[in-house]
Amino acid sequence: MSELITLTLAEARDGLKAKKFSARELAQAHVDAVEKARALNAYVLETPDHALKQASRSDERLARGEGGPLEGLPLGIKDLFATEGVRTTACSNILRDFIPPYESTVSSQLWRDGAVMLGKLNNDEFAMGSSNETSAFGPVASPWRRPGANTYVENGKIVGEPLVPGGSSGGSAAAVAAHLCLAATATDTGGSIRQPAAFTGTVGIKPTYGRCSRWGVVAFASSLDQAGPIGKTVRDAAIMLRSMAGHDPKDTTSADLPVPDYEAAVGRPVKGMRIGIPKEYRLDGLNPEIDALWEKGVAWLKDAGAEIVEISLPHTKYALPAYYIVAPAECSSNLARYDGVRYGLRVPGKDIVDMYEKTRAAGFGREVKRRVMIGAYVLSAGYYDAYYLRAQKVRTLIKRDFETVFDQGVHAILTPATPSASFGIGEKLKADPVEMYLNDVFTVTVNMAGLPGVAVPAGLDAQGLPLGLQLIGRPFDEETLFSLGAVIERSAGRFPVADRWWEG
Amino acid sequence: MSVDAATVKRVAHLARIAVSDEDVPKLQSELNAILAFVEQLSEVNVDGVEPMTSVLPMAMKKRQDVVTDGEIVEKIIANAPASQDNYFLVPKVIE
Repeated sequence: MSELITLTLAEARDGLKAKKFSARELAQAHVDAVEKARALNAYVLETPDHALKQASRSDERLARGEGGPLEGLPLGIKDLFATEGVRTTACSNILRDFIPPYESTVSSQLWRDGAVMLGKLNNDEFAMGSSNETSAFGPVASPWRRPGANTYVENGKIVGEPLVPGGSSGGSAAAVAAHLCLAATATDTGGSIRQPAAFTGTVGIKPTYGRCSRWGVVAFASSLDQAGPIGKTVRDAAIMLRSMAGHDPKDTTSADLPVPDYEAAVGRPVKGMRIGIPKEYRLDGLNPEIDALWEKGVAWLKDAGAEIVEISLPHTKYALPAYYIVAPAECSSNLARYDGVRYGLRVPGKDIVDMYEKTRAAGFGREVKRRVMIGAYVLSAGYYDAYYLRAQKVRTLIKRDFETVFDQGVHAILTPATPSASFGIGEKLKADPVEMYLNDVFTVTVNMAGLPGVAVPAGLDAQGLPLGLQLIGRPFDEETLFSLGAVIERSAGRFPVADRWWEG
Repeated sequence: MSVDAATVKRVAHLARIAVSDEDVPKLQSELNAILAFVEQLSEVNVDGVEPMTSVLPMAMKKRQDVVTDGEIVEKIIANAPASQDNYFLVPKVIE
């Protein structure tokens, strides 16, 4: 039944309703695919028994003509979402054995709507990274290969030059692209949904800050973190987001607004919409392929009747440096809880401070330590005003840039999703950390301003690797992004991975 | 601004992360690369700009001051590295 795994989420949903196959068959096909794809390292925990049990219950509900919007649909869950009774690690050694006694609000809503959990997906440690190489479980390999590069699987291990799937939601993006789940949950603090989606030819949306509850999601930078889905198509992402979104009294920053039927926005006409093209995103030395793709995106939206206007977002270049003050500051505060006392790893010490220091030295990886230390530094006495306060003021200016163009009647903004296609595992690790940070240059502004952003696959580069375009919307107007994203998808076509080389 | 080796050690202690002497030079150069990168912000004119406190205007929700949860001590200590009689165990902190 391997063809079941190549269905989209929407097709699988419709097939289940039409009784073309059972939820149990659909789950089994995915369980088998996950098992055969271990070389990719997309899953850090497989839960096949759990999945099959949930699928059987879905079959019962479907037989009675009941069932929620996601009834019987197998999903992967980023290992940043707490799942009750199922190990949740944030892919950090400090949480290696953590079994949450509670369920995150977002995942609980998926189960409420009938979804099936296949397992927990790999990510950069505490979601800090852009390549999934900082995970304590090791890197994820993208299901994409450079054509001509001799990359294959031997004895369950990848040989050759595997590529990164992006990060931090690298497991989510790789699993969706490799047909190891119909869709996945992900989180985005600076680009962690949109960049991996762009690298793998999948669709990823970071909704408006406050759209999805952060309760039960391992915290990185609380004023920037937002959950969202990665799916095979724009429609699939829309279906997922409707279930994930919604007000939660347990998260005071979650927005008390009705959740629209996002799927209904897919295919809605975009005629007359004003699309802004920010001139500041035309970076010096921008890859000509990325520029050409951007031009294509402009032409597609124009053909669909949208009006294209040049806009200016003058503080764009300061978003990434401001992010690398705000995010580490919040991370150093959030990660203070990992002290070896209430949960997680403990390394004994001669006194309590020694225990804290040894625990955190052993439990955190290099990137996490760097960010916690930068955060501690920029918040420390004498530096707070120069760094943190200044960065928060710059953030106000970044947000004002967007408000100005939206006030001028711009409905959405079109930009590239990433400055390049995927790169090889290990290729960027030798450089200084800033080199890796530049991956998020087009996505991070959106988090700084709390806006929704979607990455939609738009083409392949000269090496044959996927590239994406990003659409940025007004606050809480994800619907417009789904309508515009669908135009790009219809124009560019889809980019499914055809060759399952990782099955060996 | 850049940090020297002594500052790296001080920040590591503030962050409660044990750092060995051999590790200091590498961390120092990485932290300085990041600090050099964020230095660009000093060219932005932020006179009269309010620092951001909330990314979207949102009224803080209030709720009744009543107990809505609790009596879950087993769940709370279930992941503790060391516990006894429903308490977390830590090394002695008061002589």
